[in-house]
Amino acid sequence: MKHLTLAAGLLAATSVVAETPVLSIYAPDYFTSEWGPGPAIEQAFEATCACDLEFSAGDVLPRLMLEGSSTNADIVIGLNTDVTKKARETGLFAAHGQNNADLDLPIAWADDVFLPFDWAYVSFVYDETRLATAPSGFEDLVNLPEGSKIVIQDPRSSISGLALVLWVKAVYGDQAEAYWARLAPKILTVTKGWSEAYGLFTSGEADVVLSFNTSPAYHIAAESDLTKKAAIFDEGHYAFFELVAKVAGTDQPELADQFMSFVMSDAFQSLIPETNWSYPAAQPASAWPAVFADLPMPDKAIFYDDVTAAQLRDEAIAEWRRALSQ
Amino acid sequence: MASRVVAIIMGAAVLAAILLPLGAVWSASDGLVRPTADDWASIRFTVYQASLSAVISVGLAIPVARALFYRHFWGRDVVVMLMGAPFILPVIVAVLGLISVFGQNGLVNGVLGYFGVKTVSIYGLQGILLAHVFFNLPLATRMVLAAWGAIPTERLRLAQSLGLSGLALFRIIEAPMLLRVIPAAFAVIFVICLSSFAVALTLGGGPKATTLELAIYQAFRFDFDLGKAASLGMIQLGLAGSAAVALTLIGVRTDLGQGLDRPVLRIGDPVWRIILDVFHIMWAAAFLLVPLGMVMAYGLWGISSLGGDVWIAAGRSILMALASTVLCLGIALCLMHKWGEVIGSLGIAISPLVLGTGVFLMLRKIGNPFEYALVVTLCVNALMALPFVLRILRPAAEDTRAHYGRLAQSLGLSPWAWVRWVLVPRMARTLGFAAGLVAALAMGDLGVIALFGTAEHATLPLKLYQLMGAYRMSQAAAAAVLLVGISLGLFWLFERLGRRYA
Repeated sequence: MKHLTLAAGLLAATSVVAETPVLSIYAPDYFTSEWGPGPAIEQAFEATCACDLEFSAGDVLPRLMLEGSSTNADIVIGLNTDVTKKARETGLFAAHGQNNADLDLPIAWADDVFLPFDWAYVSFVYDETRLATAPSGFEDLVNLPEGSKIVIQDPRSSISGLALVLWVKAVYGDQAEAYWARLAPKILTVTKGWSEAYGLFTSGEADVVLSFNTSPAYHIAAESDLTKKAAIFDEGHYAFFELVAKVAGTDQPELADQFMSFVMSDAFQSLIPETNWSYPAAQPASAWPAVFADLPMPDKAIFYDDVTAAQLRDEAIAEWRRALSQ
Repeated sequence: MASRVVAIIMGAAVLAAILLPLGAVWSASDGLVRPTADDWASIRFTVYQASLSAVISVGLAIPVARALFYRHFWGRDVVVMLMGAPFILPVIVAVLGLISVFGQNGLVNGVLGYFGVKTVSIYGLQGILLAHVFFNLPLATRMVLAAWGAIPTERLRLAQSLGLSGLALFRIIEAPMLLRVIPAAFAVIFVICLSSFAVALTLGGGPKATTLELAIYQAFRFDFDLGKAASLGMIQLGLAGSAAVALTLIGVRTDLGQGLDRPVLRIGDPVWRIILDVFHIMWAAAFLLVPLGMVMAYGLWGISSLGGDVWIAAGRSILMALASTVLCLGIALCLMHKWGEVIGSLGIAISPLVLGTGVFLMLRKIGNPFEYALVVTLCVNALMALPFVLRILRPAAEDTRAHYGRLAQSLGLSPWAWVRWVLVPRMARTLGFAAGLVAALAMGDLGVIALFGTAEHATLPLKLYQLMGAYRMSQAAAAAVLLVGISLGLFWLFERLGRRYA
């Protein structure tokens, strides 16, 4: 008898779960971890949607490409403009349905499929206790004091590494390869991803690391450490946007639309700075936490749309590889 | 007969588990692609660094293992166990540990700087070799040490009473033993180093040190070029497979005879020999333990700052490690023959990325791959530890069969009695060591969980990477200490169990 009651209870429980619609979101690992924005976003959205938001963590784009139209994803979050061309060509995504004019970005946003939810400037971060004068341009990196070293990420395995190669290409054009050759002696090493490079920097092995201009905010807010600074370059900085998109074949179109609107809301945007350590995409600087509003910013944003980025990519990486393999 | 059927079925299953995912990636692609000139450069570099790493690791392991075998000192067992730790460290942690010793601002350059010597750079081929030897010297040493231990003590006693020493002892007893173990150790380390990626890149100093695995990663992550990934995956498997086959075939199978497990008596070594042995033990211990100590010292104080989620992930990792151990030993015991060892070697010869993607593609045909995440991780962990376990277990199993098989037959022992009264007691020590190794490896492996991982299934290594990705470097260091502690604990526990039953 007891067993029957238990079984009935279990059955009832599953049917209740089945009635709650599930919104499935593919996101990168750093996004869904307990230290990322994922958990807070899940809680905030579930409070309004009478649904169950499920994050599925991993390599978002490769997985989506593997799954094709049979994907379970309703929303994909955490893509980046430099690799979205291939994603767009699959036709797997629907229009984001939001008003691009509501965004508050350093450039005008015209894409109606991929919607930015946060951004930052790709920047070199240094420790002012180890580097007396701040570099103010790419030439200053070449002329760093004897013994000072930079660590960067590999453009073939890291998205921030790729952004750097495109940034150098934008500044130096045909001279990009020559620039890399001049910079090579200052580069301590190249890492697979951001974490390895940043670990080398914080452990004191390198004096300068390729990261974002918002990185110092973490050290200020969480560690009260004011010595980590982003070097602001006169040439301007490559702008790095993280994107969210709605999957065309979603079985929860209303929920997906609701989530896209939620991304643009203050509830979502206010969660971003101190969990993802970047600027929210749809809030004016006056709404940012003080630690972010106080960060120095470059005067000029450099940006390639995904078509141009895809065109330049192979050549820019080949130049980088040749120059650094000498 | 029955055991042969089991062996064939298990061999076929392991082979299928490796080849089917590769085939799945291939069939999902638009066809295989010819490698570019850059790819060939990467392939050449990969083979070059892997060969050098294997030669150096095995070469250095011989004097160290010899010294550890003949010298008995207080705390020897602890030293032997701790020296095994680098093998099971997560890559990123080991690299940071090495850099704290050999890096720009590391201990070595600190000391050199004190004496006015110019900074020595770790970045370059020397860095790759340093790291690969750091990872693999423990494995090579343990394999060679085990081979020394397999020499019947009666032989050593006889050699003593005949006054054999130095060169004669080496030629008659030690050299045949080394010929048997060296090809196996070389093969396994060569294959491990073939799939090096993050270590080779970071310590290699840049794109000069591009390996095959990086090219595969790039093909998946940025180009979504499954044809290229499959092509390169096949080349990698081909290289590793031919190395494994060649070295298994040329591996000299010498029977060192049977003994009664008496303790070794060791008297009358010349003083220079003792000094040399002490020197070998000292440098190996310093080389392997100082970077480990730096990692521990940096992370230890932060352990209390780790959140509950990290501890839960640690618990999950322990359970998965134990399950992987049972599975791996089960498979290994069915594959105790030469071809089993060759097939088993392929477990680390296939790129984890190709394997993970292939399994993902296959599972999609039957359901949601994420529901199988834990099972897949378990199987992959078991598969990847299989080569090591086979290399460790097979010599012991074959010796037992050769030495006690006929006696058992004449006594009419049932298969169960054979396993219970002969095989397990004879192999308990080796089984304990093998089990400890699988458990520790499974503990530290990020494996395919990165592709399949969902928030609910996070393992301790994944948490470590998440902490790093969220700027929390000191908490990541604490998680690393926890990981090393648990891995060593499991290793110690299994070895202990093995000895209890020996």
